[in-house]
Amino acid sequence: MIGLSALELAEAVRSEQIGVAEAVKAYLERIENIDSQLNAFLTVSRKEALTRAEVVQKKISAGERLSALAGVPIALKDNISTTGVTTTCASKMLAGYVPVYNASVVDKLEQAGMIVIGKLNMDEFAMGGSSETGAFGPVRNPWDMTRVAGGSSGGCAAAVAGREIPIALGSDTGGSIRQPCSFCGVTGIKPTYGSVSRYGLIAYASSLDQIGPLGQDINDCAALLSIISGPDEKDRTCVIDKPFVFSQSVPERLEGIKIGLPSNYFHSGIDAAVKDSVLAAAEELASAGAEVEEFVMPLMDFLIPAYYIIACAEASSNLSRFDGIRYGYRSAEGKTLAEVYRLSRSEGFGLEVKRRIMLGSFVLSSGYYDAYYKKALQAQVLLKDAYNHLFKCFDLILSPVAPTTAYKLGENVDDPLKMYLGDIYTVSVNLAGLPSVALPCGFDGQGLPIGLQFIGDAFAEEKLIQAARVYQGRTDYHTKRPGWT
Amino acid sequence: MAIKIDQELIEYLEDLSYLTLSQKEKQRLTGDLQEILERMTLLAALDTEGVCERSHRFGGVNALREDEVRPSFNRELILRNAPHRNKEMFMMPKTVE
Repeated sequence: MIGLSALELAEAVRSEQIGVAEAVKAYLERIENIDSQLNAFLTVSRKEALTRAEVVQKKISAGERLSALAGVPIALKDNISTTGVTTTCASKMLAGYVPVYNASVVDKLEQAGMIVIGKLNMDEFAMGGSSETGAFGPVRNPWDMTRVAGGSSGGCAAAVAGREIPIALGSDTGGSIRQPCSFCGVTGIKPTYGSVSRYGLIAYASSLDQIGPLGQDINDCAALLSIISGPDEKDRTCVIDKPFVFSQSVPERLEGIKIGLPSNYFHSGIDAAVKDSVLAAAEELASAGAEVEEFVMPLMDFLIPAYYIIACAEASSNLSRFDGIRYGYRSAEGKTLAEVYRLSRSEGFGLEVKRRIMLGSFVLSSGYYDAYYKKALQAQVLLKDAYNHLFKCFDLILSPVAPTTAYKLGENVDDPLKMYLGDIYTVSVNLAGLPSVALPCGFDGQGLPIGLQFIGDAFAEEKLIQAARVYQGRTDYHTKRPGWT
Repeated sequence: MAIKIDQELIEYLEDLSYLTLSQKEKQRLTGDLQEILERMTLLAALDTEGVCERSHRFGGVNALREDEVRPSFNRELILRNAPHRNKEMFMMPKTVE
């Protein structure tokens, strides 16, 4: 059963070849056996999962058609709130915090008959690109345990790649679903901003954050996105009017589809193996009938500055709620209210979180606001305009996800700027609120996975998914697994 | 715009951020912020004359509904997350001397 795709497992459950509890137990056992190596899970909710499995089994046996993924175990990045189950954001600040409400996506998973079996490791408060900044140890890459899994949804990608779970939900603020997918050789979708509710997602940068699926292939991810998307009265920014319904047909060709390839993404700072794999994918898509044309991505030098200014500004505001009073860590040393605030935050947050709060405070402060924050918002408007123009010329854009494959644990932790620059291909998608899918497209000389992304216009997920289906129909990178699994 | 991150600015940012950094962290972040903000300053070269910034992507359309009574969260469960509490309240240091 381990190794079946989520849709295959759901089919086996529906036809009663596999029981829901049997599936849940198999994955719980797998996590117990191998997670000490990967450190992908922060919490395993065995009891709750087994109780839920019984409820879902009864419904399925009674012939209730819950969803395409009913009976399938799933795990969630630990910034997605779960009633009664610890939700820590991989931070000492929230160690032991137990939400009293579910994120809206969790309610939707339950209605769909999916079984949440645990919470996944990540960078602290989703701030990082390697899943090393969390308070509970780094996630290790299943393809090479001496390397990072990527981040910030590194636990999600490692758990899927290590087959600890068939499918997972992560979040993407500047590449946090796509980059770990690329590093771990799995598939993921960063949905259009406003298509999935953020209610109950512990905020990092609210105007950029979006929850999305990570799975073994595009069909699994599309099925899960259909379940979690849709309007929500608890999130006013969730502007979609109904859940996505994706076509069941799988096209074999891409005739009539025009794909843009940003030539300046390949000039410098990119590993030769990544460049070669993504260009080979462009050729594959062309041989499937797509018209591939190069263009120069505008504003490239301004993407990282604009992203980090806006994200850190929002983070400094969002994280002001952690004050040691109502929930979370409280310093034993504070004698006055101000001391409780300052000491609780100073002892509860890790260095990367402090760095981003300080940066955010700086760019919002009097005297610097116009030169940094306002300027970044203006750059964002220009970027959105540029993408609007590009999507008049192209149906989708093909680009690498990250300039490198997974690097060694500890290699970049002391060089935050280098880490930030690794987000060069992903952040523009979040700044413009666009959808993107990340797919495995090759391996480097050391056998490490390489990922590509398709970027589409807002709410053009169907187009991205169809192109991804064609690509995965013609290649087998997404079917490869680390040898030991 | 050249920016110099010095001790005074770090302490100002600590105050704004409600953080108290250790000496080691201060030293570390002084260098980091200097390097990162120099990179951010690249934005100054972008011509944004006449560009109107937006802090909300979808404008300000409100979702309105009729008032209706709904159950709120369970107070006891909320208080269980409090680091210090009495029977039904969050406990915090005295704020008025």
